[in-house]
Amino acid sequence: MPELRYLDALNRALHEEMARDERVVVLGEDVGAKGGVFGVTAGLLERFGEERVIDTPLAESAIVGCAIGMAVNGLVPIAEIQFADFLHPAFDQIVSEAARLRYRSNGAFGCPLVIRVPYGGAHGTALYHSQCVEAFYAHVPGLKVVAPSTPYDAKGMLKAAVRDPDPVLFLEHKRLYRLLREEVPEGDYEVPIGPAVLRRSGKDLSVFTYGWMLHETLRAAEMVRGEGVEVEVVEIRTLRPLDKATILRSVAKTNKALVVYEDNRFCGYGAEIAALLAEEAFEDLDGPVVRLGGPDVPAVPFARSLEERWMPDAERIAEAIRRLAWY
Amino acid sequence: MYYYMILARVLDERMWQLQRAGRARFVVSAPGHEGAQVAMVWPLDRERDWLVPYYRSLAACLVKGLSPTEILLSVLAKAPDPSSGGRQMPGHYGSPRLRILSGSSTVGTQYPHAAGIAYAAKLRRTGEVVVVSIGEGGTSEGDWHEALNFAGVHRVPCVFCVENNRYAISVPVRKQMPVESVAVRAAGYGMPGVSVDGCDVLEAYRVMKEACDRAREGEGPTLVEFRVERLSPHSSEDQQERYRSPEDLEAARRRDPIPAFGSYLRSVGLLDDARDQALWARARREVDEATEDAEQAPDPDPATLTRHVYHDPDPDRPVDSVYWFGGE
Repeated sequence: MPELRYLDALNRALHEEMARDERVVVLGEDVGAKGGVFGVTAGLLERFGEERVIDTPLAESAIVGCAIGMAVNGLVPIAEIQFADFLHPAFDQIVSEAARLRYRSNGAFGCPLVIRVPYGGAHGTALYHSQCVEAFYAHVPGLKVVAPSTPYDAKGMLKAAVRDPDPVLFLEHKRLYRLLREEVPEGDYEVPIGPAVLRRSGKDLSVFTYGWMLHETLRAAEMVRGEGVEVEVVEIRTLRPLDKATILRSVAKTNKALVVYEDNRFCGYGAEIAALLAEEAFEDLDGPVVRLGGPDVPAVPFARSLEERWMPDAERIAEAIRRLAWY
Repeated sequence: MYYYMILARVLDERMWQLQRAGRARFVVSAPGHEGAQVAMVWPLDRERDWLVPYYRSLAACLVKGLSPTEILLSVLAKAPDPSSGGRQMPGHYGSPRLRILSGSSTVGTQYPHAAGIAYAAKLRRTGEVVVVSIGEGGTSEGDWHEALNFAGVHRVPCVFCVENNRYAISVPVRKQMPVESVAVRAAGYGMPGVSVDGCDVLEAYRVMKEACDRAREGEGPTLVEFRVERLSPHSSEDQQERYRSPEDLEAARRRDPIPAFGSYLRSVGLLDDARDQALWARARREVDEATEDAEQAPDPDPATLTRHVYHDPDPDRPVDSVYWFGGE
């Protein structure tokens, strides 16, 4: 099996899905000759032509809005928005249109489309290229929101998203694109949208996380292992619909829960996990549900010193683990 | 064409009666727009082509194939309402069977959808034409401009219609746009723009026929502005006497397209008093029967509240337990 980077795994999935099904089209700004700002759509234009690999005008609402129309009329569009920060002009099309089409038509119209978007803090990408937007969209019934964090999952979940009958917001953490390699099977396989995954088994406490924070958490778990703390790490992976069963089962086993996420802590995605545990796992808990999130500033600042202070990292996660373990 | 205009008018009046009688919770309608809307849909292949309507598209949807009963099922929010099963306010028409795309209340959002449907039609070489409509107020929205730009670049088979009745709820057109006509904006998007009197049904039809033919022959989109009159308030929540002068309202009433088209038909010998009365009587009968049918239909079952949020082969499953992907 070849070792692929996260972005190469996504690229393979796009090539394979476009070859498998001629209804699949890719659209967005720079997705053609340039191959996307990060190179995820490289080679698609040459192979599938400009009718199916559509360099669009710079207009995010139109990219998503036109994709909705394409989906309604028999295509399977995969829209790329260059950065999560640039999703905001398309917020209305995603939330009020794509997410509601099935419900508002009483099931008559579906909206099978995928919106791929890089998100999260990376080295030097600053305020307008680093936002975590998952809480905005995970809030909305009718959308599915996924955030795979390994090359294997990236390929398998993108395939699952393309084949899903509902609109899927596909979040790709920018720091993952080139930093991570993993064996990824050639050819077809799916990682289903929905199930969370146990990344590490432990008995002392559970950490629930996703995206880049999974990798920081796994490092933190190694750090505290020598101190006798055995951490269980559950990667949520699909933010909506949420796999409650896996989360509740893990807490029933470890009796303590830490939620780690990069988004602003206040009203961030982790709040939903904390609320779920408070409501449905109260009897299992031997300590408070703790959230470790990004600080409540708009997004990652540019200067290195500020950036380093901003991102939750393995050291800070390890510290939170220790405090909770000793509780 | 004339009969559909009459039918839309009678149906429109019935909607208001139902609202005043407390049987309909909300009405949005379009007396004065009937001529433009009938002309707009008349050149379409009813089964193959698409209509992407907005909340005033009553006559357009009737011509496309929604029945008066189906319209009233949505007005009364009944379970068999084909547009939304009582989920949306009245006026949000939709039917996959008739290729009428379901819309939202946010104006302008349907323009990119129409461009996307037309792009798919072009890519799939289906020969379908898409007609989308909006009021002139909606042309201020970014989506409107973004869609025309996309459609102009890709020369998609779409006719972009604007029903300019000079008021966006209460805001007059001079406060909405700094140009005399919506149609002149077409130049900015590389497509022809035509402004036509929407109260002149045959001229409006000629313009639409030409635009649809252009689209079907692969020559790309057209922007068509219909100058129409809004004879009713914006909706049942509005009182237009507060912001329109009696002279303005009287001038609008004089441009009512139904008597105008009736006079034309009389002048060419296609209509007389007896025929006219018979048509109105037929429309009233049809609407009476539709009212009865719609009123007898059941209300939506509250147990269906959480259906159709996501695709689900088992729609009876409540959404709160929608963790059907497992998690084992």
